[in-house]
Amino acid sequence: MVSTAYLDHAASTPMLPEAVEAVSAAMREVGNASSLHATGRRARRVVEESRETLAFALGARPSEVVFTAGGTESDNLAVKGIYWSRRRTGRTRVLASAVEHHAVLDAVEWLVSHEGASVTWLPVDDLGRVDEDAYLDALSDDVALATVMWANNEIGTVQHVRRLADAAHEFGVPFHTDAVQAVGQLPVDFAASGVDALTLTGHKLGGPLGAGALLLGRDVACTPLLHGGGQERDVRSGTLDIPGARGLAVATALAVERQPETAARLSSLRDDLVKRVQDAVPTAVHNGDPADRLPGNAHFSFPGCEGDSLLLLLDARGVEVSTGSACSSGVARPSHVLVAMGQDEPTARSSLRFSLGHTSTADDVDALVEALPAVVERARR
Amino acid sequence: MKLLAAMSGGVDSAVAAALAVEAGHDVTGVHLALSEAPATLRSGSRGCCSREDARDASRAADVIGIPYYVWDLAAEFQASVIDDFVAEYAAGRTPNPCVRCNEKVKFAAVLDRALQLGFDAVVTGHHARVVDGVLSRSADPAKDQSYVLAVLTPAQLAATVLPLGPHTKDEVRTLARARGLAVADKPDSHDICFIADGDTAGFLRSRLGEQPGAVVEDGVAVGTHQGTYGYTVGQRRGLGLTVPAADGRPRYVLSVEPVSRTVTVGPVAALDVSTVLTDPPVWSSPRPLPLACTVQLRAHGMVHECVATADGAGWSLALTTPARAVAAGQMAVLYDGDTVVGSATIRSAA
Ligand SMILES: Cc1ncc(COP(=O)(O)O)c(C=O)c1O
Repeated sequence: MVSTAYLDHAASTPMLPEAVEAVSAAMREVGNASSLHATGRRARRVVEESRETLAFALGARPSEVVFTAGGTESDNLAVKGIYWSRRRTGRTRVLASAVEHHAVLDAVEWLVSHEGASVTWLPVDDLGRVDEDAYLDALSDDVALATVMWANNEIGTVQHVRRLADAAHEFGVPFHTDAVQAVGQLPVDFAASGVDALTLTGHKLGGPLGAGALLLGRDVACTPLLHGGGQERDVRSGTLDIPGARGLAVATALAVERQPETAARLSSLRDDLVKRVQDAVPTAVHNGDPADRLPGNAHFSFPGCEGDSLLLLLDARGVEVSTGSACSSGVARPSHVLVAMGQDEPTARSSLRFSLGHTSTADDVDALVEALPAVVERARR
Repeated sequence: MKLLAAMSGGVDSAVAAALAVEAGHDVTGVHLALSEAPATLRSGSRGCCSREDARDASRAADVIGIPYYVWDLAAEFQASVIDDFVAEYAAGRTPNPCVRCNEKVKFAAVLDRALQLGFDAVVTGHHARVVDGVLSRSADPAKDQSYVLAVLTPAQLAATVLPLGPHTKDEVRTLARARGLAVADKPDSHDICFIADGDTAGFLRSRLGEQPGAVVEDGVAVGTHQGTYGYTVGQRRGLGLTVPAADGRPRYVLSVEPVSRTVTVGPVAALDVSTVLTDPPVWSSPRPLPLACTVQLRAHGMVHECVATADGAGWSLALTTPARAVAAGQMAVLYDGDTVVGSATIRSAA
C-alpha cells in the first residue's frame, strides 16, 4: 500500500486532538441543555461556555452565536431567513457573487424559483474577486440581502468583505459572508468585519463534522428554517448537539489562536508547492489571486487534461486532491467558479485544487511534485 | 493486468469486478453516468442511470475494496445511442440500443480512455466469454449476451475481460452473496435503460411527433396509424385495424416505410424469410466466405442454419429453414457453434 499524501484539507481537515478530547468528554455526559434540573444546568453550562469561547475567538457576542449542523445549514439559514424577514418590507432582490458555494448558490436559486425573489449575480474578475463597481451599481433599496463569501473554497481568492459590507449598509442591506474556509486560515473578526451574518463549520478548522454556527448580529431579523423548541435564540430549533458545540468551540479557539503561525507555515509550504508544480509542469496555470488568497490553497489548470483523469491517476499513486465540484452522484462538472472567472469549459474541466492544512508537511508536497509530471503526461487528451 | 471495471450498480458487474480482483488483477471501478438528468430514485427494476444505481455501484466497489469513480458519458450516450435510436426508428428500422452502447460507449469511449490512462483492458459483467480474443456464448444460455457484443472488433475484444463467462446467473448471485455484495438479489434490469417507464412508442412520439399514415394490406387501406415508428416487423398488437381480415386470422406488421408513412400488414405466413441481406460486417473471428454456419437474428432469438456469401460489401445469408419476422436494423450475428464469427446490421430480408 502506498502512503497517502492528503492534499484535500479544504474538503475536510483532520480533527485536532484537543477537539477529539472535548467531544469525547462531552459525549460521556448526559443532559439536555433545556432541562431545568441540575443535570440540565450542567449541560447548559457546557453549551454556554462553548458559545462564549466561540464568540470570543471570533470577535462576536455570545448572543450572536447560533449553533447549527454545519456550513450548509448556516448558509441556508442566513440566506433564506434574512430574505424571508426582509421580504415583508418589499425588499425581494438578493445580491450574491457568482462564485459562492452551492450552499449559498442553490439556496438563492430556490428563493428565486419558489419564494418570489429576484437575484443579481455579482460578476467576478479573472482572479475571482467580485467586481466592486458592478456591486455598487446593483445595490439599491429593493435589496433584501447581499452575500459574498470571505474566501473561495476552490481558488482561494479572498474578498474585500469589509468594504462590501459597508457599502451594503449605506442602502440598509444586511450582509452575509460564508467564512467556512477563512476561519483559522485568515484573521476573522465578526465585529470588525462589519458583516451581519457569518457562516463557519467545524470540519474545515479541526473540529467535528456536522457542527457549525451562524454568527448573527443581534439586530438582524432572521426567520427560522427549523421550527420547534426555539433553543437557539428562536432562530434555530432542535435539542443542542452538545459534543458538537463543544468540539466546534475548542477547535475554533485553537485554530484562531494558531492562525498567524498556521498561515505563515502553510503559505510558505504552498508557495513552494506552486513553484515546484510550475517547474515540473511548465504548462500548468495557477488560478486565483497570486497574493491575496487562502494560505493553504493552490489551484491549477492543466491545459489539455481532464481533471478527473488527473485525480484518478494521482489517487492511484496515493496523492489525494480535488477537482473542485462534483455533483452528489460523483459526476465531474466544470466548476461554476472557473466559468464565472471567464475560463472556457475545457479549461475549467482541466483543473485541480491542492489544499493544505494543519497536518500538511513538505513530504506531501514532495509526493505531489514527484507524481505529477507523469500523471499530466498520461492524462493529456 | 491493470483493469478498468465498468460498474452499473447491478449484480453482474459487481461480481465481475470482484472476480477480476480475485484473479490477481489491479482493478479500478467506474460507473458510467449516461443520463443528463439522472432519475432521483429508481422506479421498479429498470434504468441504469439512477442515483440508486450509482450508490449501489459505489457500495460494491467499497466492499470489494477498489477505487471507484464516476465518468460522465452522457454526451456520448445521447449522441451515439439515444439519438441513433430515434433516427433508426424514424428511418423504419428496429435498432438495438445495447449493441450501439457497447459499440460506441462501453468498448469505445470508455475503453479508449482506459487505455489512454494506462489500463490494459476493460472488465464488464456481460454474460459471454472472451478467450484469447475470441468471443463465445455464456455458460448460461438463457442469459447469454454474446449477441450484443458481437459488434466488437478483434482489437476491442483483445482489451475486454468478461469474468462471468463460465457462470450462470444463479451462480453469479451466489458469488455475490458469498462476498457480501448487497446487490446479490437486485432484480435484473431489462428493456431500454433510457426509457424508464418502458413506453417506447410514447418516447418516440415525444421525440418525433405524430406522423399519421395508412395501414395497408395488399394495397388496400385497412386502418390508420399515428407514426410508423410505433411499428416493428412481426408486431401483432395495437395495429388499430378498422377492416377485419378476410380470413379472420390475426394480422402482423410485414414492413414499415417511413417515407410514404405506410405500415404494411398481412398473415403470419408472409413473415417468413429465407434470405437476409446485411450492411458491411464486423468480423470478430474472421472466416472465408462462403461459410456454412448459424445465424441469430435478434437478441435472445433462436439460431438458424445458413450459408453466408458476399453481397457487395455485406453478407447475403441463405437460411436453410425460414425465419419469422426479421426486422431491418437488428443485428445478424454468425456463430460457429458457440463461437461468434461476426456481425452485421440487417438491411433487408425476403
Ligand atoms: C465555502 C463553503 N461553504 C459551505 C460549505 C458547506 O459546509 P458543510 O460541509 O459544513 O455543510 C463548504 C464545505 O463544503 C464550503 O467550502
